[in-house]
Amino acid sequence: MDEHGGGNGHPHNHFPWFATSEGKPAGLIGFLTSTNHKRIGTLYLVPILSFFSIAVILGVLMRIQMLSPNSKFLAGTLYNQIFTLHGVIMIFLVVIPAIPTIFGNFFLPILIGGKDMAFPRLNLFTWYLYIAGAVILLVSLLTGKGPADTGWTFYVPYSLRTTVNVPFAVFGVFILGMSSILTGLNIVTTVHMERAPGMKFSRLPLSIWGIYATAWVQVLATPVIGITMVLILVERIFGIGVFDPSKGGDPLLYQHLFWIYSHPAVYIMILPAMGVISDIIPVFSRKNIFGYKTIAFSSLAIASVGSLVWGHHMYVSGQSDTAGIVFSLLTFLVAVPSAIKVFNWVATLYKGSIKMDPPFLYALGFIALFAIGGLTGLILGALSTDVHTHDTYFVVGHFHYVIFGGMGFGLFAALHYWFPKMWGKTYNEKFAVVAFIVLFVGFNVFYMTILILGWAGMPRRYYSYLPQFTDLQRIATYGSWIMVAGLVMMFGNLLHGLFRGKKAEDNPWGGATLEWQIPSPPAEHSFAETPVVTHGPYVFSDDNGDDLGKKEPHEQQPQSKR
Amino acid sequence: MSSSHSQSVEAHDEGVKARVGIWLFLLSEILLFGGMFLLYSMYRYKNPADFHAGSMELSRFDGTLNTIVLLTSSLTVVVALFSLHVKQNMRRAAIFLAATIGLGLTFLVVKSFEWGAKFEHGLYPGAKFLESQPHGFILFFGLYFTMTGLHALHVIVGMVVLSFVLNFVLRRKITPERINIMENGALYWHLVDIIWIFLFPLFYLIS
Repeated sequence: MDEHGGGNGHPHNHFPWFATSEGKPAGLIGFLTSTNHKRIGTLYLVPILSFFSIAVILGVLMRIQMLSPNSKFLAGTLYNQIFTLHGVIMIFLVVIPAIPTIFGNFFLPILIGGKDMAFPRLNLFTWYLYIAGAVILLVSLLTGKGPADTGWTFYVPYSLRTTVNVPFAVFGVFILGMSSILTGLNIVTTVHMERAPGMKFSRLPLSIWGIYATAWVQVLATPVIGITMVLILVERIFGIGVFDPSKGGDPLLYQHLFWIYSHPAVYIMILPAMGVISDIIPVFSRKNIFGYKTIAFSSLAIASVGSLVWGHHMYVSGQSDTAGIVFSLLTFLVAVPSAIKVFNWVATLYKGSIKMDPPFLYALGFIALFAIGGLTGLILGALSTDVHTHDTYFVVGHFHYVIFGGMGFGLFAALHYWFPKMWGKTYNEKFAVVAFIVLFVGFNVFYMTILILGWAGMPRRYYSYLPQFTDLQRIATYGSWIMVAGLVMMFGNLLHGLFRGKKAEDNPWGGATLEWQIPSPPAEHSFAETPVVTHGPYVFSDDNGDDLGKKEPHEQQPQSKR
Repeated sequence: MSSSHSQSVEAHDEGVKARVGIWLFLLSEILLFGGMFLLYSMYRYKNPADFHAGSMELSRFDGTLNTIVLLTSSLTVVVALFSLHVKQNMRRAAIFLAATIGLGLTFLVVKSFEWGAKFEHGLYPGAKFLESQPHGFILFFGLYFTMTGLHALHVIVGMVVLSFVLNFVLRRKITPERINIMENGALYWHLVDIIWIFLFPLFYLIS
């Protein structure tokens, strides 16, 4: 999506932090060499939303193929290549980097009252690594025998045998992994070293706790997929045998190495979104968050326990029964901190003075969809039911509820929440609500049908199906069209707001965190002087009980209700 | 707590930041090799006899020599750091940095002779002779070349980093920020050394 791209080439627009620093080259070059965290956040925003649009289009193409069991639209290897591309682009180019790089870069230093990220030059280098990884993936499309057809998991031995362009794809993933590690390294160091006076860990906004926990997973888990991708390359080029059964290698070990990273990666995707939701809920309930400490620590609990559950992807791969039972138990354990978060959010809403603004709607959407995703996850985490549902549409439905309904809606919530701050413009809130409803309805028609199909036995990754699935497959495809219409409306509304929107106030939502205490949009250096933090992130009323966010007129004084 | 980040300690903060960053980076490097060590332990557990036979093909003399070389290089890099940091002796620092890089080069030369000997005996992935051997034997050499190769790559990276540091020292351009680079370069070099300390017994001393 070309969102905000118009801003890049025009340094003379209304976004002060777009302007180039003294002594630096102007225009696009200045932008591409700037180490300012807000510019780097924008540098991520444009390609990530573009890749998101591309992957959505690939998804729509797959759904068109599924309109009829005999469709020849995208049959055979082509279908395999499309779902692989959809997965690789979504996972590695969009979902993993999105919130930590876009909003982590733009808002992390502001939210903790710091000047910039701890390593600004490394930050820019990380962006170039991201772009390099993306370009290598694109090269894999255009060279050799076309893109990989292995699925985003690159399972051996097939990924060693297939003649399509696997080496480029895994090398691209390796580079993206390096980028991800360095992002995490920068974020951990920034949270420890760049906090303003008075910004104790117990006063960090929960979005920062989410991004911080994520960053640790990025540093500790990503190297494992790095070495795994290198091993595929080395295996394909030199034939060392470690994953090749004909030389004594064990494909199951590949799956272990792959999921040692890729399951924690699921938490890299969801934790930042959970953080954003924890920031939004109290603002629109005009209430302090319920259970700040438990939410903060549940992020760390998810990050640590979540690193020990990878074997639940391999119940039917031939690992031992003991391993299956242990991994199943740990999987159930990780549901505990996730549920703690959900209950705390709901408890925050209780007796709150709720304002149904678009960011809040997306946050509610997140809670509903994530709950469905989480509960279906328990069905998959139980050994006996997994045997029935493994590799069916049920898995596809489950992870789209978690990743798209969770992380995706979290990203959209963040886009709507911080839009006025980033660009100093407003979008049409009524239209945003309509877009949300269309998106939400389409999403559920689509993925609920996918869940039902999976329960009925429709296997994933097949380009054809038995005739009895035809009706449900069609409903799912129609749902996907409604969902895409919602997406187009949402992005269109934001783009319209960017170019035609009215000027935004400094604190349109009445937030209490630091970003709302500075102008919209922020200046090149966010704070004129270093802020001193004296209270927690969700204190909305002063000692007299008056709402501090009173720039926005409310119908009632929320705190008087209590 | 609130006064711990005053402006006066900014230069000190830069050093601490750099150190936090490099330790996180070293942590990720250890996990990178960790994936390989995991493979190694599984395959050795499954094929103990073949791994022993593979180990007997390696030259313990070369391995020991390289261990001594790398351990010495870790000492020289510390002496270089000490000379600059404590004694302010630029010349001595430069000499010991150069010695470290030289020892790194020695390691690579010994390694290349070692690899060359293996190639002559048909002990490399894809060689007809190796392919005719038992599975565990093939895996041993697959892992041997991958792990020592990845390690050698790290030796080269470490030498490049230390060359930049040496250049700064020679041009008398060691500022507080660059002392950080020197310290962090030395830390990285120690990591390279430590990984070899684990590789050496795992491949050369199996019995």
